[in-house]
Amino acid sequence: MKNLVSFLSPANIGFAVRGKLADIGTATRLFFRLLALLVASLKRFGLVRDQIHFLGNYSLAIITVSGLFVGFVLGLQGYYTLQRYGASEALGLLVALSLVRELGPVITALLFAGRAGTSLTAEIGLMKAGEQLSAMEMMAVDPVKRILAPRFWAGVITLPLLAAVFSAVGVIGGWVVGVVMIGIDPGAFWSQMQGGVDILKDVGNGVLKSVVFGFTVTFVALLQGFEAQPTPEGVSRATTRTVVVASLAILGLDFVLTALMFSV
Amino acid sequence: MPNPVDPSLVELKNLTFGYGERAILDGVSLTVPRGKVTALMGASGGGKTTVLRLIGGQYRAQRGELLLARSLGDSGAPQDVAKLDEAGLYAARRRMGMLFQFGALFTDLSVFDNVTFPLREHTDLPEALIRDIVLMKLDAVGLRGARDLMPSQISGGMARRVALARAIALDPELIMYDEPFAGLDPISLGTAARLIRQLNDTMGLTSIVVSHDLEETFHIADKVIILANGKIAAQGTPDEVRHSANELVHQFVNALPDGPVKFHYPGPSIDDDFSKHAAGGKT
Repeated sequence: MKNLVSFLSPANIGFAVRGKLADIGTATRLFFRLLALLVASLKRFGLVRDQIHFLGNYSLAIITVSGLFVGFVLGLQGYYTLQRYGASEALGLLVALSLVRELGPVITALLFAGRAGTSLTAEIGLMKAGEQLSAMEMMAVDPVKRILAPRFWAGVITLPLLAAVFSAVGVIGGWVVGVVMIGIDPGAFWSQMQGGVDILKDVGNGVLKSVVFGFTVTFVALLQGFEAQPTPEGVSRATTRTVVVASLAILGLDFVLTALMFSV
Repeated sequence: MPNPVDPSLVELKNLTFGYGERAILDGVSLTVPRGKVTALMGASGGGKTTVLRLIGGQYRAQRGELLLARSLGDSGAPQDVAKLDEAGLYAARRRMGMLFQFGALFTDLSVFDNVTFPLREHTDLPEALIRDIVLMKLDAVGLRGARDLMPSQISGGMARRVALARAIALDPELIMYDEPFAGLDPISLGTAARLIRQLNDTMGLTSIVVSHDLEETFHIADKVIILANGKIAAQGTPDEVRHSANELVHQFVNALPDGPVKFHYPGPSIDDDFSKHAAGGKT
């Protein structure tokens, strides 16, 4: 009880609030600096390109395989529901809409946080622990500009591309299950999809989502690495936080974005 | 008319720096003479590395001035590093090189690319010229042949020499060594010490060496400053410091386990800690 009282004392609360506000301030400033460094990053596109290769190409395997399995499952579950209403020809539309509007951006972002976000956090955290960032500063090179910004913009560019790959592979997975295995009419499968998916409202909103997730996941990963305690425990904690914070942010933002897009 | 050459490159005036309530440096004043090797010594946690970080502008002092003299041929007044804006600070840092304790090499780049890094970041030199400069710098530290190795493939002593080549890639005026001798075998240690002296004299550098290693440091330094408890305990030539009357300096120079720096970390007295248990009490 006594502990609780001292824990809730005004001094402690004030200290905690001030600490949190300072953290939010640091994060916000870093975010705006990274946004402002777009031009500088594009000027040295070689650095961004290397990171796109590192973040994107190496994530392709996990994204493709996951997309295929999600497509399979959508095909099976979608068929199960649709055939009750005799609408199994609409399977193509259902698979495409689920992937493009929702599962493509969200699952890709979650996988990206686990596959690429963690490696960004660990890399930056370990560079900090090895005094590499400090050394860079002493060489009059700004680590935010040289290290963080290229990774940030590479992540923002990469995630929507990966989401597109995910959705495309998922559609193929749905086709394999629906048309090849179950035997739905391929003409109906594709034409329903073609007729029902709106470029702007469905594909456009999906792309917008994945761009937002690209900013979110990459920024969370970089921030956690940059602010990590430069010790083994500190880096391991930061890596964990990247996955937790990024995943929650993705799911929360997904709801907000979906709600906003519904009202338009 | 140009000013007469400022004899000191760096000057700390009454500098105070601390974390929270704890003062690391308490009103320290010292000068680093141009063209000389100045050693900064003292017990661990005594604020030696902090001085380097302050000079590099990575930390800012709470009080006092930290003056960096202009380059030779530049007639401006010395600049206070703590008052520089970001652009000014980056310009000042281009005049400095710093060697970190474990080298702080970029682990994803080869030895060659590590040394290339500052050149590529700060200059537009043609590739052939960059290659020549890098090989010259690597040659100066004896590692021209190791150019294609990765940092994980070289020893700690070699990593530090590569970092040294990287630190001098842009021909700085001031070079700061943070514990250059820590954890080196006797051969690497001798090499490192000789290199510091040699580079200082041949390149016309000003060097600051933070170190615990008495023998090697006293051997190569022109001036020794001993920091203790946030203040300067002694300074002068190595000989003057060796014969200093200060008790703390005496303890340090003679490596005595007990003296003004206690062997025991402050805590409850022996009686308090042991007498109760001896009496079988459970308190």
